[in-house]
Amino acid sequence: MEQTRLKQTPLFKLHDDLSAKFAPFGGWLMPIQYEGIIAEHNWTRESASLFDICHMGEFIIHGDAIGSGLDNIVTFNVSTLPLGSCKYGFMLNKEGGIIDDLIVYRLEQEKFMLVVNAATRCKDFNHIKSNLSTEATLDDISDHTAKLDLQGPVSRDVMTGFLGPNILALKYFSFLELTILNKKAIVSRTGYTGELGFEIYIDSEQALELWNRLLKSEKVRPAGLGARDTLRLEMGLPLYGQDISEDTTPLEAGLDRFVDFKKDFIGKDILLEQREQGLNKKLVSFISDTRRSPRHDDKIIAEKKEVGQVTSGSFSPSLGFGIGIGYVENGYDWLGLKIAVKNYRSELAAQITDKPFYKSGSARK
Amino acid sequence: MNIPEGLLYTKEHEWVKIEGALALIGITDYAQNSLGDITFVDLPEEGTEIKQTDTLATVESVKAASDVYMPLSGRVKKLNQDIVDAPEIVNQSPYEKGWFVAIDITDEAEKDSLMTASDYKNYVEGLA
Repeated sequence: MEQTRLKQTPLFKLHDDLSAKFAPFGGWLMPIQYEGIIAEHNWTRESASLFDICHMGEFIIHGDAIGSGLDNIVTFNVSTLPLGSCKYGFMLNKEGGIIDDLIVYRLEQEKFMLVVNAATRCKDFNHIKSNLSTEATLDDISDHTAKLDLQGPVSRDVMTGFLGPNILALKYFSFLELTILNKKAIVSRTGYTGELGFEIYIDSEQALELWNRLLKSEKVRPAGLGARDTLRLEMGLPLYGQDISEDTTPLEAGLDRFVDFKKDFIGKDILLEQREQGLNKKLVSFISDTRRSPRHDDKIIAEKKEVGQVTSGSFSPSLGFGIGIGYVENGYDWLGLKIAVKNYRSELAAQITDKPFYKSGSARK
Repeated sequence: MNIPEGLLYTKEHEWVKIEGALALIGITDYAQNSLGDITFVDLPEEGTEIKQTDTLATVESVKAASDVYMPLSGRVKKLNQDIVDAPEIVNQSPYEKGWFVAIDITDEAEKDSLMTASDYKNYVEGLA
């Protein structure tokens, strides 16, 4: 049985008691939905949802931002990252391909937390280790670190009620280290839904109690990875392994703003070359003209020829239309271009649009 | 799991309600529950003749698209336009308001290949 080899989060039994539907994700057996993806999606946009994100990986690096080699490993500037702030970006291979997307937290002047994807955790660890100076230390704390995400427009009220007014001062992509349930924890104003929200890192032993505490508010309901996926897709946020991978660069994915060309990083040469010579493929967003949805691996047709492939597609609960993102050949990435999305079953008409698809997110409010 | 008596069932989780030479067709409670929120239904045109086990309709949920197969050969006589306009009806009422099509049965003998409610119940329990 494959399922016996999949990892379970500290909250597995609780999800099972809530009659969640499970599916494998990144080597873990994760809750995909409880009440239903659309209900959970809408609740996140209107109120607040709690997500079990314990599968994601956390590393701690002790060392100088530049001297340790960390700054050279990621595409953004770590040395100028203020204490109490975190930043999103990429680790690239020498060919400019994305090894992973990650967030770096500056805990102390010479102490950093890296939050990485579940499926890439080992690969990331080895890559970092081999590029880190011998004076720096790298520790994988994932096995005893739980991550719960509270996301939605009322999440700040809920967090303030639970943790006090400190939370009010938290700006987008900043964090606090505090004591929750007698354990050290980190709370950041970050998320993957487009809504105002918080990501909480705490010792795994506290995960269950924290989950139950946050769910005490009537405004909070559990949501699974199914809703997390439709929420992030409506924001045009990429999913590693599906929309971005070692076969794509940040420029091809249209994520230039997370790359700082004023500093050095592994893979920079190739990105500079791409910037000069132009891109062979580009990630675009498109919206269907019906409720029918584009799907992963569907073909993208423009001017009667195949010009690309869908990487993520779904029905958008907020918009009521099918939406998708995918790579197209150079020259087919302009806004308003009419395309067809085709698989063996059907063909649908769509149009290239700008992102985010959903424009009323509360993330920065 | 709701499996009404008196209907006939397929292994692909369609149900059939036979009334003389007419049959009403839909998908089972098990099917709607496995699919999750249904977001789109594509039905054939009225008058289309479809053979048993050929594709009758396509349903899309948030996560995926799936085919619905013809449980009995026949000619599509009537469509349920309500589920095209509001696909969530299939989740809410799979055996009543969420029917897909009504057909004129063209081969009565094919009924023997379908399962009764108790056979289907055993079949579904075996899938768990």
